[in-house]
Amino acid sequence: MLEKIKSLREKAIQELEASADSNSLEEWKRTYLGKKGFVTQLLRQIGSLPPEERPKAGEAANLLRDELTQLYEEKASAIKEAERLQAAKAQAIDVTLPGRRPQIGALHPVTQTLREIIEIFSRMGFGVYEGPEVEWDEYNFGLLNIPPEHPARDMWDTLYIAPPYGKDGNMLLRTHTSPDQIRVMELTKPPIRVVVPGRCYRHEATDASHEWMFYQVEGLAVDKGITMAHLKGVLTTFVREMFGKERKVRFRCDYFPFVEPGADMAMDCIVCGGKGCRVCKFTGWLEILGAGMVHPQVLRNVGIDPNIYTGFAFGMGVERIAMLKHKIDDIRYFYANDLRFLKQFRA
Amino acid sequence: MKVPLSWLKDYVEIKLPPEQLAYKLTMAGFEVAEIHRVGELWDRDKVFVGQIVEVKPHPNADRLTIAVVDYGASELVEVVTGAPNIKVGQSGQKVALALAGARLVDPYAPQKTYFTLKPTKIRGVLSPGMVCSEKELDLSDEHETVIILPDDAPVGIPLADYLGDIILDIEVPTNRPDCLSILGIAREVAALTDAEFHPPIIDYPEEGPEAKELVEVEIADSDLCSRYTAAVVLGVEIKPSPYLVQRRLRAAGMRPINNVVDATNYVMLELGQPIHAFDYDKIRGRKIIVRRAREDRTFTTLDGITRSLFPDTLLIADAEGPVAIAGVMGGMESEVTDKTKNVLIESANFNRVSIRRTSRLLGLRTEASLRFEKGLDPYLPPEGGKRTAQLIKEWAGGTIAKGLVDVHTPLPPRRTITFHLSELERFIGISYPKEQVSSILGKLGFELKEEEPQTYTVTVPTHRGDVTEPADLVEEVARIAGYDLIPTEMIPAPSSPQIFPELLKWEEAAKDVLVACGLYEVKTYALISQELLDQFGLSYPLPLLSVANPMTPEHVFLRPTLLPSLLRTLAYNLRFQDGVKIFELARVYLPRENDLPQERITLAIAMAGEAEELSWFGSSRRLDFFDLKGVVEELVERMGISNYQFIPADERAFFPGQTAWLKVGEDTIGILGKLNPDIAEAFEVEEEVFMAEFNFEALASHASSRREFKPVSRYPAVVQDIAVVVDEEIPAEEVRKVIMEAGKPFIRSAVLFDLYRGKPVPPGKKSLAYSLTFQADDRTLTDKEVTKLRERVIRELERKLGATLRG
Ligand SMILES: [Zn+2]
Repeated sequence: MLEKIKSLREKAIQELEASADSNSLEEWKRTYLGKKGFVTQLLRQIGSLPPEERPKAGEAANLLRDELTQLYEEKASAIKEAERLQAAKAQAIDVTLPGRRPQIGALHPVTQTLREIIEIFSRMGFGVYEGPEVEWDEYNFGLLNIPPEHPARDMWDTLYIAPPYGKDGNMLLRTHTSPDQIRVMELTKPPIRVVVPGRCYRHEATDASHEWMFYQVEGLAVDKGITMAHLKGVLTTFVREMFGKERKVRFRCDYFPFVEPGADMAMDCIVCGGKGCRVCKFTGWLEILGAGMVHPQVLRNVGIDPNIYTGFAFGMGVERIAMLKHKIDDIRYFYANDLRFLKQFRA
Repeated sequence: MKVPLSWLKDYVEIKLPPEQLAYKLTMAGFEVAEIHRVGELWDRDKVFVGQIVEVKPHPNADRLTIAVVDYGASELVEVVTGAPNIKVGQSGQKVALALAGARLVDPYAPQKTYFTLKPTKIRGVLSPGMVCSEKELDLSDEHETVIILPDDAPVGIPLADYLGDIILDIEVPTNRPDCLSILGIAREVAALTDAEFHPPIIDYPEEGPEAKELVEVEIADSDLCSRYTAAVVLGVEIKPSPYLVQRRLRAAGMRPINNVVDATNYVMLELGQPIHAFDYDKIRGRKIIVRRAREDRTFTTLDGITRSLFPDTLLIADAEGPVAIAGVMGGMESEVTDKTKNVLIESANFNRVSIRRTSRLLGLRTEASLRFEKGLDPYLPPEGGKRTAQLIKEWAGGTIAKGLVDVHTPLPPRRTITFHLSELERFIGISYPKEQVSSILGKLGFELKEEEPQTYTVTVPTHRGDVTEPADLVEEVARIAGYDLIPTEMIPAPSSPQIFPELLKWEEAAKDVLVACGLYEVKTYALISQELLDQFGLSYPLPLLSVANPMTPEHVFLRPTLLPSLLRTLAYNLRFQDGVKIFELARVYLPRENDLPQERITLAIAMAGEAEELSWFGSSRRLDFFDLKGVVEELVERMGISNYQFIPADERAFFPGQTAWLKVGEDTIGILGKLNPDIAEAFEVEEEVFMAEFNFEALASHASSRREFKPVSRYPAVVQDIAVVVDEEIPAEEVRKVIMEAGKPFIRSAVLFDLYRGKPVPPGKKSLAYSLTFQADDRTLTDKEVTKLRERVIRELERKLGATLRG
């Protein structure tokens, strides 16, 4: 009997090693370990052996069953692994092929920049107002302390509306968003914190840095106790949120008829870091916006008592901000609307 | 304003290196655009002040001479020159001598080109250097003659030490005409650097007859001229000004003419007061009348151009007629010439608005008009006239008449401002020491009188017409002390919420939806051309708004529609892209009588070409009406609008069978459809173009971010398909409506999943296949219930639409 067990073992192991796939392995299992398999039959035969042979034969047969079962499991997992690899190989794809992208468009870079600007100011408590693009001369100039024939009018080349609507230059395309300072102050009373985005127009030849149509964001804060220190605080925060925490800013005196004291703000050149380059005209500084304390006369013009209230105002060109941010070297790209340009701003 | 530091130094000590001075001026409101260094390239060992010892003829050329020059070295140098102002036999002139190795400007090159001087044989004579013209030394374009330096120029010193200079090009703000002068800038520099300010001393002997005996002045239109002074210098000799005067004028950007004219320009640059010199003997009747042109129609200015006058143009006239356009330009007839012997000096104050108008109307802006139109100090004219007389006497000789003829309206009183020092803190956020405030304002010419502690009466200098109230004084103190001193503080939060336009929220939301739908946002010009409008052939009830002074015919009309601009953008991009899908959300301008136009936010969409981008898995399909409509449906629903419908439309700009109105409730919001192919062709687009334009404000008025929640049923849904054949004319929307009505109360949706024409469907009919979903909220529907509903749907379709069940 022991001889028989030994030869069965050898045969079984030999056949197990020969099985190459799960089908032949299962066949082997049936042949040896199945209900009618050789090992099962062998175990059944133990009972018919003489009693003295039974223990030894029984032990050997059980050992054989355990050994073959373990060998089967090892073999089964090896085959399974091999077959998994094979299957994977058969279904392999080229993962470097481009994916199926959803077709999504993009916002115009001016819209993106406007949103960013408004978002930054809204975190500082500023609301939003929008005013008309076709304006009265009175709002664009007069109420801003720039009466007719004021020499400062030369700072803005103006497109006027023709008759029958415009009469003697009383109606124009706003040259800046500053008239909306007046409109906001007519509409609401202090405390005022508001930014005004919008299109502006100038009678101007275009070149790489000038467009006759452009966007501005005006800012206005009027309240008790507003100072130039607040102006510096708000605008410095804006620059650092927009262009990075490490930006240096510089405020210098400048003249705009509707602010006093007046200022303009520059930041250190983001191209050369202040060493001087073509972008900053070798000054190391980039002028970002004009600003100042709201002129007391402007406050009086809208019926706000300048002895009680003070305020600051500022105005910036949106394209310039976008150009600096994205290193765009020609403002004319913005309104040419070439998709090869617009597709670069998929943000 | 070009400011040579050599000139500035006459009135203020320059304590800082030029870069630092420029920075201080820039920070204080006088931006230095450029620092120009005169003589930067003049090597100190190669370019000298020389003196001609002898001028010899050139042996081989009549037009050339040989100048023997002493430049302080042990040996003289002999250089060949062709300059007409170096003549054989002359000696003693001081010249600018350049030796080999010096870097000079090539006077014959079309653009500025530098070259290094080499010893050269000129017609057989070796010349180891040259005497230079202004052009060769990069001083001006003057190349006719070589420079003859003043007699007192020290021989042998490097030319850089004698003529070298630094010129600051300063952008003077419009409110500071007083600083369109060297003196004005000097006053700023004195305040900024705490230096002493020394204005020129105007003092001279008056040896001639009484000025008022020589000329009578009448201001006929005193509203346009508040002051007119006349000074007279008799017996002048007209010749070129001293070289250093010419040099200063050129450095400041003006061309020297002769000693008298140069004196007028010099004083204008020095004091900021424009001066005009007349040939006294050309003033008929010895009388000056300042008056409007009235019936005088034309006048010839000294540049030889005959100009048309307007009745309100302010003129200077003599007893017989005009002699100058006041404040703008003098006349040819009375101009100072080589033959002039006696000079009348005008120094006046004209109404700035009048000068500005005249200058605009004539298209003539001069250094004088630029200053007058900004408003000048009414106290300045006498000073200007006297200073000019002094300089003319110095440079042209003659005797100065006694006194000035000074006619003026009552002079404005000196302005005073009550200034509490607390105003500084109120505007700036910090306080400034009293001593600093009084020192700054004092340096700038303000007179301070302390009324109470912390309160001053400030008397404003007459040249500071821009300073009218405390805020102006605040700026003076803050800018001279430096804005860098102002702290940076965060603004406190407002005590009430700030405004935000509701419409803007919807605009931004709509943009996001459209971008998600694959569209690119564009922004086009608001002004369009007649041609662009004509191509669309749209008509409007009122004449369109247009610009009175357009830059080009391209940009004349304020657009009443976005469609033409958008189509043009589409056409442009189709040249580079297979498929284009774009939108713009912008204002259109609708005229109103006697008011600003209505600026209506409008949405326009345009698409044409390939539906999908080229890819390895994609299929090729052209965009069609349903691509456009799908975007519109998505947008409308995302805006929370459900009661919308599409109604077939017939509009001229569109193609009749493929166009619809979008209606929300009773409002017609806009149109969408296939563009009329003739219009597309006019824009050179061969593709089918699909466009939409909506009144976005009307659309947004229906929008809502609120959605009404419906419970999600926990019970299973039953899906049943039906296909019906209907007449071609019956719109699919009708079929869907009948199904939804008949399937109540358990029908949840009817999705069209197939549209078929052709066999076996008879001609003139179409087959529509729907997937119907039935569901109850509170139980599982029985087969019987579903079958009943389905049968009712089919029955109703038959009854209402004559539909037949297919297959
Ligand atoms: Zn730079």
